[in-house]
Amino acid sequence: MCLAIPSRIIKKDDLMATVDVMGARLEVSLMIMPEEVREGDFVLVHAGFAIQKVDRQSAHEVLQLLAPLLEQEEEGS
Amino acid sequence: MLENIRRKIHEVSRSIGRPVRLMEVCGTYTVAIFRHGIRSLLPESLSLLSGPGCPVCVTSAGDIEAVIDLAKNRGVVLTTFGDMMRVPGRNQSLGEARAEGADVRVVYSPLDALGIAAENSDRDIVFFATGFETTSPLTAATVYEAEQRGTENFYLYSVHKLVPPALRALMSSGEVKVDGFILPGHVSTIIGSRPYGFLADEYKKPAVITGFKARDILEGILMLLEQIVSGEARVQIQYTSVVREEGNPKALSMIRKVFEIADAQWRGLGIIPQSGLRFGTEFSKRDAVKRFGIEPPQIEEPPACSCGDVLKGIKLPTACSLFGKRCRPETPVGACMVSTEGSCAAYYKYMPQDK
Repeated sequence: MCLAIPSRIIKKDDLMATVDVMGARLEVSLMIMPEEVREGDFVLVHAGFAIQKVDRQSAHEVLQLLAPLLEQEEEGS
Repeated sequence: MLENIRRKIHEVSRSIGRPVRLMEVCGTYTVAIFRHGIRSLLPESLSLLSGPGCPVCVTSAGDIEAVIDLAKNRGVVLTTFGDMMRVPGRNQSLGEARAEGADVRVVYSPLDALGIAAENSDRDIVFFATGFETTSPLTAATVYEAEQRGTENFYLYSVHKLVPPALRALMSSGEVKVDGFILPGHVSTIIGSRPYGFLADEYKKPAVITGFKARDILEGILMLLEQIVSGEARVQIQYTSVVREEGNPKALSMIRKVFEIADAQWRGLGIIPQSGLRFGTEFSKRDAVKRFGIEPPQIEEPPACSCGDVLKGIKLPTACSLFGKRCRPETPVGACMVSTEGSCAAYYKYMPQDK
C-alpha cells in the first residue's frame, strides 16, 4: 500500500510532471514535493504524486528489486 | 557485501547471548522479508515479527460497511484504491457490492477520483481515503485541488491512520515483547524520524528506519543489534536516500491544512486514541461523514480470529486455529489475511508447508 516507485522526470510543467515509471509514462503532481526538481531528476512516486527526491544510484537499485515484485503483486498501490 | 553483513549479524547476536525479537511495521517489509529469504540468513536466536504495518488490513469492517452503503443506497460513485476491493465488511466486500450493481470504481490516484467528479457533475463522488502517512498528504492535496478547481461534487471518507500512535498503543499495552523496531521507510519519508522518539526515550527500544532491499533490511537489523549490544536506544535512519529527520514539511503542512487528529478504529486492535485523521473545519464541506450522515456500524471481530495477537507480535499466523483452513486469501476471515501485505497472507503465500 505504501509502496513508492522511483521515476524519472521527463517533462515538467509547473506543478505537474510527466515521469517514466518502469517504462510507462505517467502524469504526476508535484504539489507536495518538498524541493525543486528538474527534468532528469528521479522522484519517488506514490499514487499519482511525487513525494520525495531520490538519487539516481538508489533509484536504479530499487527499480531492479521492484521489477519482479510488481509483476507478481498486482495489488500494490 | 550481503555475506559480510550476515556474518556481523551472527557475531553481534552471539555477543548479545539471548533471544532477540524485532518487529517490522510495514506490509512491504513483511513481503520483502519472505521474498528475499531473509529469515534463512539470520541466527535462530533472532525472530522477526510483523506489526500493524498494513493499512488495508487494519481498515475496520464498519468502515467497509459504510462505503458499501454509500455506493449501494445513496447514489454515490465510490472511488477507491484497488487494494480495498476484497476487504470484507459484515457480509460482503466492495468487489461483491460492485458485482451486484453498486457504482464502485478503482482508481490509481485520488486525483483520478477528482477527474471522475469533474466529468460527472450530476453525481456525488466519494473517495475512500485509506492508508498511513504516505498516502494522507496525497488525499489532502486532492481536497485542496478540488477547492482550487471548484469541483463541488467531490468528497472524502477518511479512514487514514497514523503509525506512531499505533506503536505507542502496542507498547503501552504491556503485552508486546519486542527488543527493537524496523520502522516503515515510505511513511517515514513523510513524517521523518522524530515522531518515533518516544520508542527510544520512554520505552528504551532501539528503532531503525530502513529501505526495502535485502541489504537495507539486513543493515537495519545489524544497526538494531549493535544498539542492543551497547545498551543504547535511538531512532536511526538507514534509508538515508529518501528519509530525512524532519520528513517532508510540505506534505506534513498539507495534512495539517485539511485534517485533524482523532481516535480511530483499527481492525484487530480496536479503538486507538489519536491514531487517525478526520476533517478539520476549513474543508469540512468535503467530508463524506457530514455530507451523508455516515455512522459506521460497530462490527465485532470474528470469533477465533487471532489477528489482534498477530498484529501485536504475540502469536505467529500459523498458531491461529483458522489459518489456512477457514481463513485463506480467497476467503479471509480476519484483518491479517485480507491484503497480500498482511502477515497471515504473506505466511500463507510463502510457507507452503503450513497449508
